[in-house]
Amino acid sequence: MSNINTSINICGVEMKNPVTTASGTFGSGREYGEFVDLNRLGAVTVKGVAAHPWKGNNSPRIAETYGGMLNSVGLQNPGADYFMENDIPFLRQFDTKIIVNICGHSIEEYCEVAEKLSDADIDLFELNISCPNVSEGGIAFGTQPVMVEKVVSEVKKYTKRPLIVKLSPNVTDITEIARAAVSGGADALSLINTLMGMRIDIHRRKPVLANKIGGFSGPAVKPVAVRMVYQVSKAVDVPIIGMGGISNGDDAIEFIMAGATGVAVGTANFANPFATIEVVEGIENYMRKYGIKDLSEIRGIID
Amino acid sequence: MKSVSIAEIIKNENISENIYDMLISVPEIAKEAKAGQFINVYTGKGECLLPRPISICGIDEKKGTIRMVFQVVGKGTELFSALKAGDTVKVLGPLGNGYDISEECTNNVLIGGGIGVPPLLELAKRLKGKKQVFIGARTNPILVKEFKALGADVYVATDDGSEGFKGNAVELVRKINPDVDAIYSCGPKIMLKAVADWAEEKGIKAQVSMEERMACGIGACVGCAVKIKKEGESDWSNLKVCKDGPVFLSNEVVWNE
Ligand SMILES: Cc1cc2nc3c(=O)[nH]c(=O)nc-3n(C[C@H](O)[C@H](O)[C@H](O)COP(=O)(O)OP(=O)(O)OC[C@H]3O[C@@H](n4cnc5c(N)ncnc54)[C@H](O)[C@@H]3O)c2cc1C
Ligand SMILES: Cc1cc2nc3c(=O)[nH]c(=O)nc-3n(C[C@H](O)[C@H](O)[C@H](O)COP(=O)(O)O)c2cc1C
Ligand code: FES
Repeated sequence: MSNINTSINICGVEMKNPVTTASGTFGSGREYGEFVDLNRLGAVTVKGVAAHPWKGNNSPRIAETYGGMLNSVGLQNPGADYFMENDIPFLRQFDTKIIVNICGHSIEEYCEVAEKLSDADIDLFELNISCPNVSEGGIAFGTQPVMVEKVVSEVKKYTKRPLIVKLSPNVTDITEIARAAVSGGADALSLINTLMGMRIDIHRRKPVLANKIGGFSGPAVKPVAVRMVYQVSKAVDVPIIGMGGISNGDDAIEFIMAGATGVAVGTANFANPFATIEVVEGIENYMRKYGIKDLSEIRGIID
Repeated sequence: MKSVSIAEIIKNENISENIYDMLISVPEIAKEAKAGQFINVYTGKGECLLPRPISICGIDEKKGTIRMVFQVVGKGTELFSALKAGDTVKVLGPLGNGYDISEECTNNVLIGGGIGVPPLLELAKRLKGKKQVFIGARTNPILVKEFKALGADVYVATDDGSEGFKGNAVELVRKINPDVDAIYSCGPKIMLKAVADWAEEKGIKAQVSMEERMACGIGACVGCAVKIKKEGESDWSNLKVCKDGPVFLSNEVVWNE
């Protein structure tokens, strides 16, 4: 039966299948690990980790929208020390790769967390320069090519593992940002982070989110994400992890055809705790149905 | 491994304006559930992506059923209200920590506001000692007869005075001034704060059930933050209503926002 090969390689890191989790939607795997076998995922991408604990934004932080949601969590996290002590040993019990998403308010903070984690037992870094929910850092770094190149090249000095740079979709030309990240030294790219969005409660005449504005994710954003993965894959030569609204295997195949090597499942976990595994199985089913032996046969096949 | 349950609806009745009383068959949840916990109810509609958290109002372990009482306020609860006996619904639970039942307390005061009343019913069933239940509502108080049937002293407050005391539930508590050594509450935040103030005067840590917008419901997304300052800690931190709550101690909640 299994003459299909779902494995992929991201900068020398072999994943048994292309499926990982979208940072911030899966914690460090503990909670959803009670529903799905983490051994079956190509990698777990953890919630953003900063050098020191962050408290995050005020509540409400969540608002549902048609076919999607807004969040303004604001990267609440217990910091790198806690992460290294608790989450890495937990994840290392499983046969899955660890992708650590890192965040900061300034270039110094990005470098500090990268340095703290430089000898940690992890497989890949994912640099979040695209979070819309923090006032400094985050998106400010991810939307200007000059800044992107600078922060990536600085962080790169401290990372001993391959560096994935996560791109913001809140830009006019995503390829310009992608090129800047690659010239700064990005080994791979991931996209998309959330789109900036807003909801207003017309009865209370107030924004639904305490932070007013939040990040838009879920099935509704998928066409935007597929388009951006497609454009970026034509513009640069590094591997791409595609995400944005992936809920099943067919969605994942779309991203792979658009040029993604890996795929991440985010918001879909909330609607279905088994989403990650269903994506893994859906990809396998698609491969069997069309007689595909290796994902390279369909990767980036759209001109 | 945990699983999402497919529950059969046994009944779904309109008991008051916009309020539905739903009984579902889910033995695996009924076996584990405690008073004050909640379940995630899935809408099954892609456009309403997120599960809806609904408190457990009744648990029948023998029959394997869970009861929920919910108010129609939007698209998800509207969908639930249309479900009929024999239909199925996907649910996940029990979630959260529930109330801590202290065996020694002899004078229990339960204070519920609006759609916060239902979880107190299962709690009242399990409490030993005297039960004094204060039910607040804008106009139609719910579940009054059922609390009475459990032998509780029930006091009712309505904002418009259409039933019982005219005013809110905590004003009524202060007026009655019951003997008390344990306080349990669920309802709107503004009411819970008033409960916390009264509890502080009485030197009691009330158990209050908080509400926040959720995505995952299981502690993974940090969407449902509430500011809690634990005794002995110098600063507050954002805890998760779904995992660390929904029940918190009133003296640990940071109320002033
Ligand atoms: C721990 C907990 C227990 C609850 N128990 C009950 C109960 O026993 N009975 C009951 O009627 N209601 C209860 N609620 C409130 C209930 O979850 C909301 O009324 C419901 O989610 C509204 O969904 P909707 O689709 O009808 O509304 P919409 O406004 O269409 O919902 C849009 C989004 O906002 C969320 N949302 C809207 N209102 C609330 C709210 N008040 N609290 C949290 N999320 C909200 C929804 O879950 C959904 O994600 C509880 C909430 C929490 C957090
Ligand atoms: C609740 C929530 C928290 C998130 N937290 C992070 C984060 O900490 N770091 C990050 O890089 N992206 C974060 N994201 C963005 C996701 O990783 C992903 O890029 C985005 O949600 C699009 O994918 P999706 O539609 O599958 O969710 C978060 C998204 C959500 C919904
Ligand atoms: S709803 Fe996700 S952590 Fe509470």
